[in-house]
Amino acid sequence: MKYNAAFNPSGGAAIVGLGMTEMTREYSYSATGLAGIAVKRALDDAGLKKEDIDGLFINAGVTNAISTPLQTSLGFRDLKLLNHMNAAGSTAGQMVQFASLAIQAGMASHVVCVFADDPLKPGTSAGAAYGGTSNRSTGMASLPASYGFFSGANTSYALAARRHMGLYGTTQDQLGAIAVSTRAWATMNPAAMQQKPMTLDDYHGSRWIVEPFHLLDCTLVSNGAVAVIVTASDRARDLKQPPVYIAGMGQGHPGNPRQAGYENEVNTGARIARDTAYSMAGVGPDDIDIRELYDCYTYTTLVTLEDYGFCEKGEGGAFVEDGKLGPGGSHPTNTGGGQLSGYYMWGMTPVSEAVIQTRGQGGERQVQTRDHVLVSTQGGILDWHSTLILSPNADAGTRN
Amino acid sequence: MTNQDQAVRPAPIVDESSKPFFDAAADAVLLLQRCNICHAYLWPFREICTECLSTDLSWAPSTGKGSVHSFVIMHRLFHPAFQEDVPYNLTVVQLDEGPRVTSIIRGTANEDIHVGMSVSANWHDVNGTPLLHFEAF
Repeated sequence: MKYNAAFNPSGGAAIVGLGMTEMTREYSYSATGLAGIAVKRALDDAGLKKEDIDGLFINAGVTNAISTPLQTSLGFRDLKLLNHMNAAGSTAGQMVQFASLAIQAGMASHVVCVFADDPLKPGTSAGAAYGGTSNRSTGMASLPASYGFFSGANTSYALAARRHMGLYGTTQDQLGAIAVSTRAWATMNPAAMQQKPMTLDDYHGSRWIVEPFHLLDCTLVSNGAVAVIVTASDRARDLKQPPVYIAGMGQGHPGNPRQAGYENEVNTGARIARDTAYSMAGVGPDDIDIRELYDCYTYTTLVTLEDYGFCEKGEGGAFVEDGKLGPGGSHPTNTGGGQLSGYYMWGMTPVSEAVIQTRGQGGERQVQTRDHVLVSTQGGILDWHSTLILSPNADAGTRN
Repeated sequence: MTNQDQAVRPAPIVDESSKPFFDAAADAVLLLQRCNICHAYLWPFREICTECLSTDLSWAPSTGKGSVHSFVIMHRLFHPAFQEDVPYNLTVVQLDEGPRVTSIIRGTANEDIHVGMSVSANWHDVNGTPLLHFEAF
């Protein structure tokens, strides 16, 4: 029998299921197949049946290989809620947010949010998958290639990092400190793709991708899928796993028409999203125990820490330099190895590790104090941002 | 021969919307779009003013003066035509008129480029097409 959804705007919602495929650099299943495997694992994890699901949100990765037809591929019948969402890397957080809102409005009861991507195909490099030299534009948009502007995302994020270095004196050692602390967490995560310990010397010794980024400033690229299931808080308490309550959420999209006065590269959408999320959860940066931050590059972690108010604008470099983000540090951050050393499932990387930590299922890498876990998901070139604040406590947040 | 074909530097591809820009470039004039309603300068080509949403846009000359917003150094060879250039800079210039333009700095060593550096527009030839660059000013 289906759980009966009812209009309940103050009841809150929770994440009750998490399913992940193996994260690989080898092609196994297509994005559709990977999505199906992750969804099945999320259902089993939650103790739910496929028939319980009445909502499906889909986020495709760079290959854009899945969309609303995934419903049919996975045989979901009579859904009350369906959409393919796309605000790039920030979408994972947004799917969970819209699922939570729809559930509280009585539109659906159990919503699957899934991300899947298969950029690594036989004979295709990660660089080619993420916009190498193909697809010449015309007109003024064809100018960048004439200058040798290739490796799009790497180059654009490197420009953002250099802007921060130029304005605030942020150093290469400080970016390296983030690579090192993130890898230290990955050594304790069996699902991480890079588990070998790394030193600052290793960091400096890794080849340039686009200066100021070394190889070890940049995320891995992975084939895989992650699914989570969202339901109402009162229903969550009847299910198999410890509920992960959604205490706060927010979004921030600063815009960047390449004009004077727009500084989203150093003042990201997190500055907008955080106020909504902190206010909803009734907390501030001092109340956050664990940070799971979108870290496509080391710099993304640095600027995101500033924008959530863990330190002042421009002081991110000095803040991270002493290793406080790493195991045993005062500000545990990206505790599964993030995207840098763990796996690159866009916004589902921070969401998945946050669910694991909030439940207390992090094993060797579990952070003991976990009342408030911050999730940041980030899209474009620091263009789009969404925030979740998760908690194992039913009374976390002002809405519960 | 294939190697020679590949070694041709990708020249800009002029299309109808960008023709005024490239025609002016042949005379070493940097044109920007300008909104006739709110007078904002725009880059790259727009159909709608990002500031006031007007479609009443025309072309106007830029002073070509600005400063380095940010820059990176490309160490890897992504295209064989850049063999002689590696490592080369890519630079985003903040024009005094408002828009930010992706270009390169010529005449300054990579290690001497810095955020905030004053620059001025100039032109060089790529396969017969004039290409905008910036120089220390």
